[in-house]
Amino acid sequence: MSNSSTSDLLKPFKLKTKQQELLIRVSILCLVYILAFITRLFSVLRYESMIHEFDPYFNYRTTLYLTQHGFYDFWNWFDYESWYPLGRIVGGTLYPGLMVTAALIYRLLHFLRFAVHIREVCVLTAPFFASNTTLVAYFFGKEIWDSGAGLVAAILIAVCPGYISRSVAGSYDNEGVAIFALLFTFYLFVKAVNKGSLAWGLASAFGYFYMVSAWGGYVFIINLIPLYVLVLLITGRYSMRLYVAYNCMYILGMLLAMQIRFVGFQHVQSGEHMAAMGVFFLMQVFYFLDWVKHMLSDTKLFQEFLSITVTCAVAAGGIALGVGMASGYISPWTGRFYSLLDPTYAKDHIPIIASVSEHQPTAWSSFMFDFHILLFLFPAGLYFCFKRLSDATIFIVMYGLTSMYFAGVMVRLILVATPAVCLISAIAVSATVKNLTVLLRSKNKVAQIGSTKGTSSAKASSKASLDQSQPFQKNGAMALLFGAFYLLSRYATHCTWVTSEAYSSPSIVLAARGAHGNRVIFDDYREAYFWLRQNTPPDAKVMSWWDYGYQITAMGNRTVIVDNNTWNNTHIATVGRAMSSYEDEAYEIIRSLDVDYVLVVFGGVTGYSSDDINKFLWMVRIGGGVFPVIKEPDYLVNGEYRVDKGAAPKMLNCLMYKLSYYRFGEMMTEYGKPPG
Amino acid sequence: MEARIRARVNLALTFFALLFFVAGSSPPRQFVISNAERRIDLSSHIINVHLTLKVENAGTRSASEVVLALTPTEVDHLAMVDASAIKGKRKKTTSVRLEVKPTELPDAPPIDTKYFTIYLANPLNSGESTTLEVLYVFTHFLEPFPAEIAQSESQLVFYHDTALILSPYHIKQQTTFIKTPSTKVESFIRMEPTNRVGTEIKYGPYEDRPPYSISPIHVHFENNSPFAVVEELVQEIEISHWGNIQVTEHYKLIHAGARHKGVFSRVDYQSRQSSNGASSFRYLLARLPPRVHSVYYRDEIGNISSSHLRTDSLKSELQIEPRYPLFGGWKATFVIGYGLPLQDFLFESSDDKRYLNFTFGCPLIGMVVDKLTIKVVLPEGSTDPSPVVPFPVEHHLEAKYSSLDVVGRTVVVLEKKNFVPMHNSHFQVYYSFKPIFMLAEPLMLASAFFMLFVACVAYIHIDLSIRK
Repeated sequence: MSNSSTSDLLKPFKLKTKQQELLIRVSILCLVYILAFITRLFSVLRYESMIHEFDPYFNYRTTLYLTQHGFYDFWNWFDYESWYPLGRIVGGTLYPGLMVTAALIYRLLHFLRFAVHIREVCVLTAPFFASNTTLVAYFFGKEIWDSGAGLVAAILIAVCPGYISRSVAGSYDNEGVAIFALLFTFYLFVKAVNKGSLAWGLASAFGYFYMVSAWGGYVFIINLIPLYVLVLLITGRYSMRLYVAYNCMYILGMLLAMQIRFVGFQHVQSGEHMAAMGVFFLMQVFYFLDWVKHMLSDTKLFQEFLSITVTCAVAAGGIALGVGMASGYISPWTGRFYSLLDPTYAKDHIPIIASVSEHQPTAWSSFMFDFHILLFLFPAGLYFCFKRLSDATIFIVMYGLTSMYFAGVMVRLILVATPAVCLISAIAVSATVKNLTVLLRSKNKVAQIGSTKGTSSAKASSKASLDQSQPFQKNGAMALLFGAFYLLSRYATHCTWVTSEAYSSPSIVLAARGAHGNRVIFDDYREAYFWLRQNTPPDAKVMSWWDYGYQITAMGNRTVIVDNNTWNNTHIATVGRAMSSYEDEAYEIIRSLDVDYVLVVFGGVTGYSSDDINKFLWMVRIGGGVFPVIKEPDYLVNGEYRVDKGAAPKMLNCLMYKLSYYRFGEMMTEYGKPPG
Repeated sequence: MEARIRARVNLALTFFALLFFVAGSSPPRQFVISNAERRIDLSSHIINVHLTLKVENAGTRSASEVVLALTPTEVDHLAMVDASAIKGKRKKTTSVRLEVKPTELPDAPPIDTKYFTIYLANPLNSGESTTLEVLYVFTHFLEPFPAEIAQSESQLVFYHDTALILSPYHIKQQTTFIKTPSTKVESFIRMEPTNRVGTEIKYGPYEDRPPYSISPIHVHFENNSPFAVVEELVQEIEISHWGNIQVTEHYKLIHAGARHKGVFSRVDYQSRQSSNGASSFRYLLARLPPRVHSVYYRDEIGNISSSHLRTDSLKSELQIEPRYPLFGGWKATFVIGYGLPLQDFLFESSDDKRYLNFTFGCPLIGMVVDKLTIKVVLPEGSTDPSPVVPFPVEHHLEAKYSSLDVVGRTVVVLEKKNFVPMHNSHFQVYYSFKPIFMLAEPLMLASAFFMLFVACVAYIHIDLSIRK
């Protein structure tokens, strides 16, 4: 009785299949959107709502300045508190996208009468943009494959550890919004190429502008897109759509990007951006040739004309480039760019880049850690892409391959590869599952051959056997589906585990398990910074290794000599030299820098490994790179780095060692161990 | 330092010289103090002076105003003066609080003196006598000497006073007891008969001293009690009629003792606690109301993880540890916040008004608060607020915009300088409020969402394309 009445009631709400599908899709997207946000809140739960690591502190400080003083003051801000005595022109040496975004969100919330603190806005900016990225991934997947692939891509990217590592709550860094901007620009560009419409081209130009304002990684876009265009030209896929999309995006994007002071005229002056310009001119030549071909009906004449024009164009381009390089108008590639193309370059030439742990080449384990099953799905996805080549799939293939290469060169660039890997893997998953379900649903009654395959081998066979024409038995398909489901659920567990255990630590506050299983918090960094803030004269200058520069200015509110914006190698080398000199020499150097306090981090007591003694060899190297007085072998014993009694005499008497091990001999680190 | 002592001595000599000119002039001379006993407690940095006076009316008319005299330095450091009259004999004594007001006397003596007048409940007739108990509380009165100490030294302070009680009246007999926190007394000026037993120094009894007699003394002694001073405390009490009172307290704490000199060694501090950092302090104890919830303790750069909360049915105790131990001259700023159930503190008065009944004071125990500001944030839409505080405070109104506020909330700001724990008492803020305002914010939110959905529906159903 009641059953029938409810069904009667529900009758008007009965949806058509299409509507049902839409409803399911929208609700999945909403859930993914929320999931992407809340999975990044582990850090807030485990620790607190705070800014993480190093660079985010600078971003937070500038955002605070922006909200307090307004945009124009921010734009013209000369910061006396860093790089003493040089100072830093902040407005001209940063990518303002992140700060402006956070400030806008803050203003909007206040306009809507939500009295939030700017810190909370900053903390939650990265998760918010990660959620938006999932939406973009959906649309991107829909554009290059189908909506199913889009949905899977959205789910995969929502929890992918490679992306989470840079976008947990509190990780208020450029990458947080930049990955969104990157994927969005790519999506808009692919859309523009597919549609050939000026509107989408314009949109992608604005997407590019936002990306340029947010992160230095925009160089990847401005090189990948020309490369993509070039590949399309070579493979004979040139079309009017491409012409419209690229020209609109390049010209407008370039003009817009010039508005960012930090980028300025680099688009026409720097070697890294020349590829885009070259392709732009090539495109014009191509179009011209096309037009001439259209006008000339004679093929032979055209062939001659073609050879002459191409020779002329290449010669002109070559000469222009040569003259530009020779006259210094076009700057050569920067060290960072070189080190991407040649992984050994930085190690030999620029120790300051090589000293950063996230600039190291990636280990296999961290690939596995960050991508998990995506690493295996990626080749499968590439296979599907090649099977169904289109302008869009060529793009995602190129994006995937190049970014994978860069991810191998530098740990931090795994981040750039993540969206591509997710999209391509999503294609693999979606295509596989679709094929299998089609198989299951078909009424094809084939005699059962062989036994069902185990789930363990399901994975391998799923890739090898996706030929639809091959008749498949239902049980096999079922097993494969379960296998896929199992793998994906493993992926989800892995992602959650990684997020909660590995990527949610703010690295300012350290947590450890005590002897009784209780949680012990080491809050020594903030203790030190807060002491500096409260109990030193407001104009005190603090010398420390550059890692701590941003944190001291943001949390300690004191002037520092060097900070994480490593723009002046000599200045850093001076600090490195002071740290690695004998005390009397170091005193002279420190006095000449007008330093009042020296901050060193020593983890000998608690067993904290990333302290200054651990980084000391890099100080020696960087110092020695500018001041040949400092020689690395002086600090080593038979090529070994030792800090105990057998250490090199120069090592034992340098300022850093003296500061770190001051009266350490009187200490008992643990019961049962000798002091010191 | 040296110069200051000399200045004080000079001043004292001048006083003596002036004494002869002064005697015989100024305030109503009709009282005589037959017996005065003064107990000075120097065990912490808040100095309590208990003065028991037996006042006799030696004049012909009845009078009800007894005048107390203090030096200007004392008045500068005076946090509180409180007087009560003792009635009854021996065991059956009851005390009645009396009104005390600062006064100016027109014919003040050439000595720089400030006056407070006690208004007796019943005028004292000629020949009658009564016993008064006066409590003075002084802050920032102990002078660290040496002014800078190293980590391993303990803190020595000077206390300056006079062995004779400064008074506009003739004192027949007087005694002063000074209680020091420990037996370690470096030096003190004797004025016979002077006697030191254990932690107590006894000056007197002195007989028949004329008005305005003084005799400067100082005591130089060890005082390692925490000289914790809150330079500024801003306490914000936000009332929400949805059942919660949110209290946020912003502290600016300083160690006001002898300044720290040289290095600070954490290792020494932790491993040899007996001989290190005797005057520093690590822990502070805050006594919060019972049924407190969502307590937090943080500062500008984040949460401070070292705090413990103990709750029982009568009180909650929050033990907090600043990020670093505080040595002389070191500062720390932090914020404590907590929520309280509304029904414990908000009541309805008979004239249809509501009132908040809350403690006026600093929850941290044993603190001197140089400037205490209490801001009571009333719910949006409340009108005519009026505070009732048992002692004089400055007050004015502000507006504050919190979440979802349109017109802003009325904030009653109460300010009190030089606050000591003895001031702790309840205060009330009365205001009127129409319950309909409670619905304003939910309605606003609901309508905003409604508008959003309407907009969505409209967007889906409207076709904006140019082509058909």
